[in-house]
Formats: sequence, structure tokens, C-alpha cells
Amino acid sequence: MKHLFGQLKRFRAATILAPLLKLAEALLELIVPLIVAKIVDDGIGGGDRTLIVRASLFLVLIGFVGLLFSVTAQYFAARAAVGATNGLRRELFRHATGLPFKALDEIGAPTLVTRLTGDVNQVRSGVNLGLRLLLRSPFIVFGALIMAFTVDARSALIFSVMIPVLFLVAFAVTLTTIPLYRRSQAKLDRVVGLTRENLTGVRVIRAFGREDAEVDRFRRESEELSSLNRFVGRISALLNPLTYVVVNLAVIVLLRTGAIRIDAGNLSQGELIALYNYLSQILVELLKLTSLVITINRSLASAKRIGEILDRRDALDSLPEETPDRATPDHVVFRGVSLTYPGAAGPALSGIDLSVGRGEKLGIIGGTGSGKSTLTGLIPHFLDATEGQVLVDGIDVRAYDTDALRRGIGIVLQEPLLFSGSVRDNLKMANPDATDAEMESALATAQILDAVNEKGGLDAKIEQGGRNFSGGQRQRLAVARALVRRPEILILDDSSSALDYQTDARLRAAIAALPEKTTVLTISQRTSSLRDADRIAVLDEGRLVGLGTHEELLATCPVYAEIDASQNADGKEGAV
Amino acid sequence: MKKDRIGLKETRRSSRGVLRRLLREIGRDRAPLVLSLLLSVVSAALTLYVPILIGRAINLAVGQGAVDFAGIGRVLVALLVTVGVTGLFRYAVEVLNNRISCDVVRRLRIRAFGKIGRLPLSYIDSRGSGETVSRIVTDIDTVSDGLLIGFGQLLTGVLTILGTLAFLFWLSWILALIVLLVTPLSLFAARFIASRSHGYFLKQATLNGEETAFIDEMIGGQKVVQSLGAEEATRERFDAINDRFGRAALSAVFFSSLTNPVTRFVNAIVYAAVALAGALLTLSGVGGAAPLSVGALAAALAYATQYTKPFNEISGVVTELQNAMASLSRVFSLLDEPEEKPSKPDAPSLTEVAGRFDFDDVSFSYSPDRPLLKHISLRVRPGETVAIVGPTGCGKTTLINLLMRFYDVCDGAIRLDGADLRELDRRELRRQIGMVLQDSWIRAGSVAFNLAIGRPEATREEIEDAARRAHCDGFIRRMPDGYDTVLPEGGGNLSAGQKQLLSIARVMLCLPPILILDEATSSIDTRTEKKIRDALATLSEGRTSFIVAHRLSTVVSSDLILVMRDGDIVETGTHADLLAAGGFYAALYESQFGGKPKRRETP
Repeated sequence: MKHLFGQLKRFRAATILAPLLKLAEALLELIVPLIVAKIVDDGIGGGDRTLIVRASLFLVLIGFVGLLFSVTAQYFAARAAVGATNGLRRELFRHATGLPFKALDEIGAPTLVTRLTGDVNQVRSGVNLGLRLLLRSPFIVFGALIMAFTVDARSALIFSVMIPVLFLVAFAVTLTTIPLYRRSQAKLDRVVGLTRENLTGVRVIRAFGREDAEVDRFRRESEELSSLNRFVGRISALLNPLTYVVVNLAVIVLLRTGAIRIDAGNLSQGELIALYNYLSQILVELLKLTSLVITINRSLASAKRIGEILDRRDALDSLPEETPDRATPDHVVFRGVSLTYPGAAGPALSGIDLSVGRGEKLGIIGGTGSGKSTLTGLIPHFLDATEGQVLVDGIDVRAYDTDALRRGIGIVLQEPLLFSGSVRDNLKMANPDATDAEMESALATAQILDAVNEKGGLDAKIEQGGRNFSGGQRQRLAVARALVRRPEILILDDSSSALDYQTDARLRAAIAALPEKTTVLTISQRTSSLRDADRIAVLDEGRLVGLGTHEELLATCPVYAEIDASQNADGKEGAV
Repeated sequence: MKKDRIGLKETRRSSRGVLRRLLREIGRDRAPLVLSLLLSVVSAALTLYVPILIGRAINLAVGQGAVDFAGIGRVLVALLVTVGVTGLFRYAVEVLNNRISCDVVRRLRIRAFGKIGRLPLSYIDSRGSGETVSRIVTDIDTVSDGLLIGFGQLLTGVLTILGTLAFLFWLSWILALIVLLVTPLSLFAARFIASRSHGYFLKQATLNGEETAFIDEMIGGQKVVQSLGAEEATRERFDAINDRFGRAALSAVFFSSLTNPVTRFVNAIVYAAVALAGALLTLSGVGGAAPLSVGALAAALAYATQYTKPFNEISGVVTELQNAMASLSRVFSLLDEPEEKPSKPDAPSLTEVAGRFDFDDVSFSYSPDRPLLKHISLRVRPGETVAIVGPTGCGKTTLINLLMRFYDVCDGAIRLDGADLRELDRRELRRQIGMVLQDSWIRAGSVAFNLAIGRPEATREEIEDAARRAHCDGFIRRMPDGYDTVLPEGGGNLSAGQKQLLSIARVMLCLPPILILDEATSSIDTRTEKKIRDALATLSEGRTSFIVAHRLSTVVSSDLILVMRDGDIVETGTHADLLAAGGFYAALYESQFGGKPKRRETP
């Protein structure tokens, strides 16, 4: 909420003026019954036609001034609501793009996207409606009450009994239904999930012959949803008729006491009509208010969810800044590094000691989940080690300005994600200052220049997710994107898995031949891709179990030998 | 021009057909619908009668000493009864409407869902799941909200307007005439605002879509964005889109919120006109009619307060009705999709399957203009392991689709133990086959539930045993609740490799006589893969197996390797045969292993 208020502060004038103008309009509406009373008592009672005409024109004038007030109020409300929530979205996007990997994993991209879209929109309609009506409706209700007192205090006592009763009804009904609606939404989510699962998993479901079982399950879920909705419906259907009956009961009491007071000469006929009109106004506003309560409630829930994200303070660990030593021979050093992901049963990395020399080509290999990507992710400080330190150019990564550290590193993640736009757009994202020549040379090194040229060169269009390129082409474009940063450290996380042997070999050769003395860390599943690395690090369940050249490891590291044997396709037959 | 008109007529006719079908759908439950309509008519009339009664009561209290208490008492009793009955009827209508809509939604949804199980795969494959989900969920909701509720509102709205005019006529034809004259003004105002804001809404929706797509892409790829150090550039692009969206949203929100003030103003005019004319009429009758009573004036004013409200509602309801009709026809078109041909009732049941497969001159294509499999003939002996290799798009997966009868052959025949697959019951056939696909499908639910999908009655011991053989017992036990850990749809944090292991365990639990592995181990590291392959080898002992693999190391020990290219089987034989032949397979093999004669390096 405080974030929303912070944003609303930027539109202070509009935020304050919108409800005030609405109040002014409401005030005008409250005058109407008084004028009608005047028409009845003085106009009709006194036979004064001019007064009747004048009073009627005054009614139109009030309506017109009210229109001006409310149109202006609507504008301010729209401005404040749209402006503030757009600001909120901007703040949220900035926050989301600054979240460290750990937080991103914890929250999950779909959740962030929902917060940025659906939730912000929900807040917007809540603010808009709230500014317009939240003050207006209670104001009219209580205004009508006060006006009724000025007309005739005795009769108005009826109002002061009725209003609390109505509020009680409204709140009792909405408060009972809100949690029920939430449950019904959760059930609906199940129904949606089940439907989607049955489409995405259609082959598996048919392969196992589970079609009928799935229909039974769906029928059960739908029936539960349906009976829950019928139950909620029976409760929420009470609101409108109950309000109607209570207000009309008040009318009946009013007519009864009014008649007695008129008979006694304490009330006029016109005043009785005015009192009745106030009751009608209260009825209309209360019905509006109940629908408002539901919207406001949803918006509050959305605002709270947004706040939960904005309140996260998951910064990476940091140390006082130091100056890196660009001459140190050990480019990257892992010193006793362990890392345990939150909620995981065991550590992802434990006790890693490893130093990578400047310009060294290091290969990293290991099974599924052995910690390869976690290890390389520590170098650009995407993650914080639970124990130990990671040093780049002799100083702890935590003692760097993160941007400065990452500027020197090109990393190609396992998922070669491309963004929609052109090839040029994608490369410029990595290095806004890259010239065409630099981009082309990066593409050439990544062995993808020819394919790009065939599709129209640097301006070749990339569809969302890079759909219009094959898996291997996407990987090579991602490599080019990392290269265009002219990194001192290049990290390739299984970036050539979709390439055939020759292309992979050419890519490795081209990277080795880069003019700068780039330090390259290559993760691969294939021993053949790492064979010409200076050294290969072997990971097994988060531990460094081998370090050396291909030949050394074959002789000394059983895990490595086993991996190699599993890939050495004709090993068995060859021996025969 | 003429053509347009015919088109319009057709839409109208078809929408009438759609409505008639919905009524049929409500069918046997017509009673609540009729009752609901009846009660709404009565309660609308009673609601309108209330101000008249109130006016009558006011008339009986003229002034000091001139109050007819007995008369007022009678009116108040009538009022009490009317209000009570109206309240009850209103409640009954709402409950009935809610019940009707819940029932229709449930019934349509279950039917539409059942349809998923009978649709040919070509339908499901050619559409994104989102489209069908939105038909089954959103469209059906729109139908219930828009059509049932909207129809009720439309009816009450029209009844209220007509009733108001009728009662006004009864009170005074002059007042009624005045109100009638102002009516077009309120219609015009509502129409004007709706058409103006419609354009702004469209623009807002377009920009909203653009912004959502950008958010989706950049938040989804946030790790890549950060690895490129492109956070600030992304934020700037976001701000630009966000600002444009904000401008469009401001216009849309503002213009659409004008409806209320404007109709309120129109209402103020109606109110003032009724007050003026009514008051003057009270003073002197017109055209020989008796002067209007004060109570009647009060009643007329009460009508005037509410007069434009139904107009507002109706204009909203009309759009909702249009949406609902569109949704309804989408739902019906899903229900009308042609289904898979049902199996013949006399299909032989399969017991003791040996696993011999004969492909006789099989041809197949997904679309007639692009033939895919061409005249394939092949014999697979019981218990053989057949590997299918070849470049992407050569028809490997298609062959699997045909074996599972996800699709049927266009020409020729595939026989299992001599029986044409098309003569067999699909489920009976599939029960004989265990299939693992490259894209592992993990559904929301516990790990144990996911594993037992093919055999829901399996015991925990059996499940754990299958998981052990698929080498996933270890990581399952490391999960917070072990086998009871609830996985989200899609598997959440599990890696692609772990999901493939779970899929393999599913099949391990069923042990069917035939196995199909379509790139089933592509994301599993080679060392684990080898262990699984050993487990599968024991498993496939005596089982006919088909293995599709990109990684050739996976297939070398197969009894038969089919090399496919552009829908043809170009080479067949064992690994050694094919390597010796030096053909396409040998070239593929070389491209993966660099042609290095590795056997010399192995001791």
C-alpha cells in the first residue's frame, strides 16, 4: 500500500481534487429533495407558479453544475489512477529487473509477469473507482441522514436505525462471500490446470489409456466448483433483496410516523416527500457501495501482492570496493566455495578450490545436477556462495561494483534465449557501442555469419524466442552476442550441444584464436568437445573430483573415464 | 452491399440457431428458467407499484388534522406485503439464475472436456493449448455471465422502462409524454459515449498487449538480460511503452467514465421536467382532467429518479450479449469438431502379444500437399530393438505417431502380430506399449501420483522400485517430502533430465510388452543414460522396442538401425554393417564423433 500512496503523492492535486469534486456534486444532489419540498409546500401549497418554474430551472442548473463537477472529478480520478499505477508498474519493473537470480528463481517469472500486468490493472480500477465513489457514497448516505435531521429530527431517527442495519447486512454478506469467492477462484484454477494438462499431455494420457479417468476427475472438480458457486450465489443473492426490503421497511415506518406528525402539525407534506427522497438516495448509493466494496477488496489484495515483491530486499552480498589487479596470473579463483540453495536437501557445490589462469581454456564436465552452471554463475556474481570466496583479478567478486564486474564477462547461458527484434538489436543489447564490423566479426567467430547473411544480415528479423532459427543457430547467435562484449572472461554453458562435430570444432578453434587473451570456461556434456582444453574440471554431486588434461583424467579420474566410456560409442564393439 | 446484407442475415440466422441450441442444452431443466423469467416479470411490476402505494399514503396525509389514519394503515399493510413479496421474488430470481448458469457451465464444460479425449490429435497438434483452454474456461463463463444474466437484465430493464411509462400514463399522460420525449436524449448520450470510448479501448487493448508481450519476454529472459548487462536499456524501452500505454489508458478510462455523469445529467433534466409539469398539473388539470395529487407527483418523481438507469444497463448488456453469442458459437464449434473414428466393437482383445510388426507399403502425410512417409515396408521380429535415426524432420517421430495410432496411416498398413492396427481398439493397442517422449509431461500433483499415472493402483513399494530402476529414487528422496513432494504443473524446478527420468520410471512401473523411446534420454547426461540403458536393456529383454535418438551413442547396440531421410528409409542394418557400408549413417556418425577412430584409444 505504501508504494501506491507514494505514487499517488505524485498526483497529489488530482488525488485530492477528484473526491472533493465528487463531494461537491453529492452536496448538490442532496439539495434536490429540499427544492422538491419547496415546490410542493410553497409552489403547490401557495399556488405560486413562478416559484415552481424557477425551482425547476434551478434543478436543471444543479444538474448541469453537478455534471461539470463530476466530469472534472472523473478526469482527475482517471489521471491519478492511471498515472499512479503506471508509476507503480514502472517501479515494479525496475525492481524486478534488479532482482538477483536467487530471488528470480524464488518468485518465478510467471508470478512477476502477473504482478506487472493483471495486478497493476486491478489496482488501477480500484484506485479509479475508489477516488470517485469511496468518499461519495458514504458521504451521500450520511449527508442524507444529516439533511433528514434538518428536515425533521424525530422522523430522521428512523434513518439512524436503518443505516447501521444496512451496513451490517452489506458487510456481513460481503465478508462471508469474499473467502468463498477466493476458494471458488482456486477451484477454477484447478479446472483450468486440468484442462491445460490434458491438452499438453494428450499423448501420455492416451498412451496410458487414462482418458476416462481424466474425465471423471474433471467431472468431480467441476461439480465441486459448481456446488461451491451455487452456495456462494445463495449468500450473495441476499444482499440486493435485503437492502431493498430494509429500506422499504424504513419507508413504511417513516410514512406511519410522518402521518402522525403531519396530523399534529409538526411536519408538512412536502417535507415528508423530501424525507422519502432521501431514503431513495440512500438505497441507490448503498447498492453502488456494495459492488464497490468487492472491487476495492480485490484491488487491495493485488496491491498487497505487489507490495510483497517491492518490499523484497534481496541484494547480493557486498564488500567495500577494491581495485582489481589486472596483471595477476590467476584470473579466476574459487577458494573453499560451497553453495546450498534454499530449501534444497544437500549442497549444490561443496568445498571447491580451483584457480583459472589468465588466458586459460578450462573445460567443465559432470552429470545432470553436478553443479556446473552453479559454479560458473558465481563468477559474474549472479549468486552468492554460502561459504568461501570467488576472486576475479585478485579481488572478491563481492568487492566489485556488479556492473563493472559483469562488463568484463561474456556468459552464454544454457538456454540460448534470443529476443524479438533484429540480429543487430540482440547484439546491441550486449554492447550498445558495437560497430557493424565488430558485430560481423563476432558472428563470424561464432560460425553463424553465413546463416545470418542468408536471412538479411544484421537486420535479419528474430521472432520471439528465436523461433525462426534452429537450436544450433540460436546457440551460435547467443555465443556471438557474448563475444560482441569483447569479454576478458568467456563462459560457455553447454552452448554447443546442438552443433554437429565439425561446427563445434570450428567454433572452438575460432574462439581459441581470438586476438585478446581471453580466459574461456566451457561447460559440456561431451568429452569430445573438451578434449583440447588446457585443463578439464570434473564435477560430481557438487564436488571437484578431477582436474587435468583429457589423458591425465582418463588415467586418474574414474568418473571422467566413465563419462568418456559412455560416449565412446563403439567402445564395446571396438574391443571385440 | 448486397453480399454484406446476406452475410448479416446469415449471422443473424446462425445466431438464432446457436440460441435455440443453448435452449436445447438447458433442455430438461427448463422449469427453473421459465420460473425465473416469470418471477422477474412479477417482481419488476411490483417494484414499480411500490412508489404508487407510497404516493397514495402521502396523499392521505394532507396536513394538520387532515390525515386519514385508517386509509394510511391499509396502504401500509399493502406496502408491507408488496415489499415482502418483491424481496422474496428478487431473491428467488437471483438464486435461480445462479443455479441455471452454474448448471449450464458445468454441463457444457464436462462435455467439452470429454471432447478432448476423443478429438483426433491433428486437431490438438494444430492449435495451441491456450486456445482450447480459453474455449472451455473463459468462453463458457462468458456464456453464463452474458447470456443468462444479461438476458435476465435485459428483460428486467425493458420491463422497467415500459412499466415506468405505463404507470406514468396511468398517473398522468402528460408526464408520460414528457418523459417519452426526453428518452431519445438519454439513448443518444449513451450511444455517443460508447462509440467514442470504444476506439480508445481498442487502442488501450493493443498497447496493453504490446506491453504485456514485452514484460513477458524481458521478465522471462531476465537472467539473459542481466548476463548481458542490459537492465538499464530494457528499463528505458519499458518506460517508453509504459508511457504510451498510460496515455491511451487515460483516454479510455476517462471517456468510459463519462457515461454515469452524462446520464445523471439527462436524468436531472427528466426529473426537473417531471417536477415542473407535475407541480403545474397539481395546481390545475389539463384538458378537463382532474388536477394531479401530490402523492402522484411524489410517485412520478420516484420513477424519474430511476428512469435512465435501465438505459445504462441495457447498453452494457447488449455488448455482453454479443460477446456471449460469439463465445457460445466458439464453444459449439469445439463440440462439433469431428471425432476420432471409434474402434470397431468386434475388435479383437490383445492378450499375449508377441510383438511382431509388419509395415506394408506405408505412406503418410499430415497435409495432402506435403507427403511425409513414402511407401515404407519393414519387418520387425518379436523382441528386436529397432533404432530410428536421421536428421530433424525426416519422419522419425511420425513413425512413432503411427505405431501408437495417434495418427492413422494414409495408405498401406501396419500390422501387430498380423492384425492391422486399424482393426484394433486404440486403448487395447496402447496398453501393450510403453512410451517415453522427449518432452516430459509432469502434471500438478505429488511425485508418486505422477509416477503411478499408468497404474494408479500400484503400491508405494512398486513405485519406489520403478523409480530406483530409472535412477530417480536418489533425487526424489532429496526433495523436501520425498515421494509426496507436490510438483507444480510442468515440473517446476526439476531439470529436463530429471523430468525424463521420471517419465522413464512411469513406464518401468507398467512393464508393457512393447517399448517406444522417442529421444527419451536426450537431456540426461551420458553416464546416467548408460545406466538407464542397461536397466532398459534388462527391461527390453524379450520386448520389441523402438528407439528414436539424436545421439548415436544411444543406438549402437540395437538389433536393427533404420536410417531415415526425407520420409524414406535410406539404410537399414546393424551399427557395424552401416558403418562398413560408408553411407549416410557413417557420415552422420562422423559428424558426431569427428570420425576419429576412437576404438584405438580404448584400451
